[in-house]
Amino acid sequence: MPYDEVVARFEPVLGLEVHVELSTKSKMWCGCPTDFGGEPNSHVCPVCLGLPGSLPVVNRLAVESAIRIGLSLNCDIATWCRFARKNYFYPDMPKDYQVSQYDEPLCFDGNVAVEVGGLTYQVPIERVHMEEDAGKLTHVGGAGRISGADYSLIDYNRAGVPLMEIVTKTIHGTGAAAPEVASGYMAFLRDMVRALGVSHGRMERGNLRCDVNVSLTPRGSSELGTRSETKNVNSLRAVADAVRYEMMRQGAILAAGGRVKQETRHWNEGGYTTPGRSKEEAQDYRYFPEPDLVPVAPDPAWVDELRATLPEHPALRRARLAADWGFTEREFGDILAIEGALELIADTVAAGTTPAAARKWWLTELARRANEAGVALDELPITPAQVAEVQALLADGAVNDKLARQVIEGVLAGEGSPAEVVASRGLAVVSDTEALDAAVIAAIAADPEAAAKVRDGKVAAAGALIGAVMKNMRGQADAAKVRELILAKLG
Amino acid sequence: MLTRSEVAKLAALARIELSDAELDEMAGQLDIILGAVAAVSAVATQDIPPTSHAVPLTNVMRDDVVNWQPRAAAMLAGAPDVEDDRFRVPHILEEEQ
Ligand SMILES: [Zn+2]
Repeated sequence: MPYDEVVARFEPVLGLEVHVELSTKSKMWCGCPTDFGGEPNSHVCPVCLGLPGSLPVVNRLAVESAIRIGLSLNCDIATWCRFARKNYFYPDMPKDYQVSQYDEPLCFDGNVAVEVGGLTYQVPIERVHMEEDAGKLTHVGGAGRISGADYSLIDYNRAGVPLMEIVTKTIHGTGAAAPEVASGYMAFLRDMVRALGVSHGRMERGNLRCDVNVSLTPRGSSELGTRSETKNVNSLRAVADAVRYEMMRQGAILAAGGRVKQETRHWNEGGYTTPGRSKEEAQDYRYFPEPDLVPVAPDPAWVDELRATLPEHPALRRARLAADWGFTEREFGDILAIEGALELIADTVAAGTTPAAARKWWLTELARRANEAGVALDELPITPAQVAEVQALLADGAVNDKLARQVIEGVLAGEGSPAEVVASRGLAVVSDTEALDAAVIAAIAADPEAAAKVRDGKVAAAGALIGAVMKNMRGQADAAKVRELILAKLG
Repeated sequence: MLTRSEVAKLAALARIELSDAELDEMAGQLDIILGAVAAVSAVATQDIPPTSHAVPLTNVMRDDVVNWQPRAAAMLAGAPDVEDDRFRVPHILEEEQ
């Protein structure tokens, strides 16, 4: 059914459940590292394997992070809450249960304003609770699918990594904007967890995962429709697309007099959803209070301390930076379009570079190199402070533009700081006037025709002479200075 | 009264295989336990907070510090089956097929 018709006949009701993987150094209940890329099962211990006799102890930073997330979502913070065991048999958890929170979440009753097309939509927040990530299964045989597999192999390195679940209440009144409200909310969460410094916030890496609930209510009716839950939608665009797809799918079923089935669905890269297989047919997790962990009772004074650490709201910060930097809307939009660029440029400016120069480095030379290397901009092995240092060398005339790019290349190749690269590669511009003078005289002698033109006032002809001098100096001269010398000699 | 089918469902959730005789026996025993809990519940009023932990402690937390030593071999050695440094389990969806 065409989207416009769905919206004309039905009101979409959304619900979003987002899992945020925290960027703590150690796991939720044990001292195992959370780094990616270790050998399988190298980051495990008796606690995260759930061996008998082991005792979990909660990571304080994870609790602080959860409270700061809750405060950023305008939630109330519980004065006392417990962990609970969610029992299920699936080998991604070695304990046969996941430690989570049940009816006593750490944060509850918040709300977020999401702006779409100049209108503000309220997204009410039900809860933020703490839990742990699961291990990674690899199915062997049967083309890697769970159903036909001969057996499965498990790596528990991710088991026990702190995970926060953020659940909205039902979101009403979004109408045709429902897909964009959903993705706008996700974008807010991504920016927020990054600004808080509690998660890397990379959807494509699974740091942020969204389950999308959609149902349709016939216009003029108050009864809630049956919802579908699309699991693990992993990009902002996919969140909007999944909402739109489900609205159109359900609209077609309802319009034909059918009934929407309550089910879990999978998101497919092709942009559509398919029915999923239920992990535990009966959603009977038999939650009970986790006996190995004592309750968390945040002292109001501690919560106030954490409240004082909250960063500026991402939308307000963007507006402030846009005003401070004085770019056109288009120039600023280019920055927002590249993931991580805003932070990198802000940090480079903070290190003393002008906004224009910081923007130029990150959006041209460095964006190109990130592209070539197939990594995100903020994964390049160069810091904003180092970019600021290169720009300072350029501004001082210690290097020219071409040399500055070579310095960047050296830093990216791991040759050390910009100053070290300049020294080791011998990249400083020649400021020795005698050497320059000699090169200028040689160039004039070698190209009397060009020299004559310049003498006759055809200044453009100096280009050939400047080029010859720069070549002679192997690029390590300040072109503006060379030009000055040539014009002085031929003037 | 706890019914036999309720016990059968619990047993299935807990992956415990019980014969019909065992289901009847368990239903009877669990009923006694539920009766005892009900007796306690009857006296527990709103102003008596439920006990969830044997120790009256809150906020036992650790700093976010990596405290770990590589011991994958020892961890894997305790498993029934291992392949390529990973725990090996029988195919997962057998029961549903
Ligand atoms: Zn561990």
